Amino acid sequence: MAKSTQMGMNRTGAQMAPENVKQMQQDASQLMQLQDTQVQVGSEFDAIEMRLKEIAETDRVGSVPLPGTVKGAVKAGMQKMMGRNAEVFIDKLGERLAYERTGVRLYEALIVKCRGAAQEGRFNVSIDQLLHIHDEEARHFKLLTEAMTKLGADPTAMTPCADVVGVQSIGILQVLTDPRTSIPQCLNAMLTVELADNAAWELLIQLAQDMGQDDLAEQFEGALAAEEEHLAIVKQMLQDAVQAEAG
Amino acid sequence: MALNLFDSKGTPVAKQRFSWRELTPKPISKLDDDAFTRVRVILMNGVESDAVRLQYAMQRFNRELRLPIAEIMRAEHHQQTMINWLLSPDHSPLEITIGYEQVAIEVTSSVAQNEPDPYLAQVYRFGLLEDFDHLYRYAALMDRLEGKDANNILQGYTDIIPGRPTSIQHRHPEDDLRDPYGPDSDPLSKIHAALITAAEYQTHEYYMHYGPWFADPVARQLYAEIASVEAQHVTQYSSLINPDDDGLTQLLMHEAMEVYTYWSCMEQEDNPRIKAIWERFFDYELGHFHTVAELYKKTLRKDPQALFPKAFDRRIEFKSHRDFVAQVLQEEVHLRARGPRFIEDKDAEGERTIEYRETLNADGIPSDAASAGYQWYPGTELARKVVNL
Repeated sequence: MAKSTQMGMNRTGAQMAPENVKQMQQDASQLMQLQDTQVQVGSEFDAIEMRLKEIAETDRVGSVPLPGTVKGAVKAGMQKMMGRNAEVFIDKLGERLAYERTGVRLYEALIVKCRGAAQEGRFNVSIDQLLHIHDEEARHFKLLTEAMTKLGADPTAMTPCADVVGVQSIGILQVLTDPRTSIPQCLNAMLTVELADNAAWELLIQLAQDMGQDDLAEQFEGALAAEEEHLAIVKQMLQDAVQAEAG
Repeated sequence: MALNLFDSKGTPVAKQRFSWRELTPKPISKLDDDAFTRVRVILMNGVESDAVRLQYAMQRFNRELRLPIAEIMRAEHHQQTMINWLLSPDHSPLEITIGYEQVAIEVTSSVAQNEPDPYLAQVYRFGLLEDFDHLYRYAALMDRLEGKDANNILQGYTDIIPGRPTSIQHRHPEDDLRDPYGPDSDPLSKIHAALITAAEYQTHEYYMHYGPWFADPVARQLYAEIASVEAQHVTQYSSLINPDDDGLTQLLMHEAMEVYTYWSCMEQEDNPRIKAIWERFFDYELGHFHTVAELYKKTLRKDPQALFPKAFDRRIEFKSHRDFVAQVLQEEVHLRARGPRFIEDKDAEGERTIEYRETLNADGIPSDAASAGYQWYPGTELARKVVNL
């Protein structure tokens, strides 16, 4: 099995250019004595002040959409939540829907990567297990679409929390789709996804119960059980892959 | 080996073809390739994007030349694609920014030392100290925002210390325009002006593109501030080009600059796969140069050979110019600009510049805030701070 982690000509560290780095430090101490090249008085707090000002005056990323139809607004599910901040629940449902939908695509990227590695005899990850997780992520997406529809919310809208988890996922997607990344590196990224997903389903169940949506809470329990299994599988796959590499 | 532009006609434009796969080659390694390979990739992307920019403008103003220029421009566009796609996706926009500033410092240093005209050399040294300061500000931002060491990108070739402070670089346009070279100036001076204009233009565009990508308010403001100085630099360097030269003469000089720059790249590249790209595009550019030389001859009824020397023997030196930069810092960091001249007396700046700067700096100075008290240390400033934990 060819190793994906190898020693080589990595040039990023200070130890790769000791003379240059020594020179950098000497130049810094000499040249920064010049009147015009002195470091400004101050510290990181100068930037923190700027940030605090912006935080105080900022707008939000956006809003939770109103029910698209009058029918939506008077649906039984929505009525049950009268007196509560239903938009918080809708926002989190939208977040989970977006996360699961992107999760399907992340697993597709991982499966492609594993197929490539299997062809070359590198890493023997069970593609069947990954397909199983992929299909369950797709079912969770469907479950959330139905839940939002039932409550009279629009499952095609991007809620603020959905938007923010999209930003969060950009790095994961970059890792998964880069042809140069290895299977252990990709599994490491997926572990982050699954750890967060587990905690998020736990929160959603709690929120559904608080909102009097017991039937939804029950369905979400099923999703959480599946996610717990995904987490265990990914964790084990990562452990096996790294240990195999370490020899 | 010297460069003679008329030794070979290069690859004919009609034969300059690509497939999509070729246009998106395997990227360089951020970790393993030499920093100067990335410097060359960034520089040549800037050169090609400026070629396309100039040709688009010319196409708008020249009915007769539209087709031949459009043909060359398509090849330039595809060359730019292949080069820019060499940057690997694990570079964050801030890491690429550090690379851009390394280009500005090391390439401008080389040009300033090769430049035969003392006034033009002074212009390059003046701009150099400003880009040098930008590197320091961005390195501080990178360290404090992302927890990353800018030297992972610079690889010890370029110092991270303040130059002429960014906060005082803001000038009214009347103090950014310089005197242009004349028709009889050294051809290398003309090549230098086209080259550094191209490099600064792409830097300006990159900061304008990526500034709004950042979530952090300090980063957003810092990119806005430095993009503004890069706009000044485009004004400064493009004003060196003789405005009395017609479009075809400028285009011919631009094509010569492209040949010259690829020649400098291929002579020094140590990654064989990338070297092959520089060699291939050197031949492509010779093809463009000779096509434009023919248009020049036919349209203007002048001899293009009269514009160039028998050979260029001084190439761009892709190496650390640390000692040169340190010397310029010591001798010239205090200089200011007044009209096209450089002055010793800081208090003699023009009124319009002072008012312009005060207005921009009125609500705080991002470059100061981003770097207050910052001193580079191997492994980031945290590596120094945690020692005391």
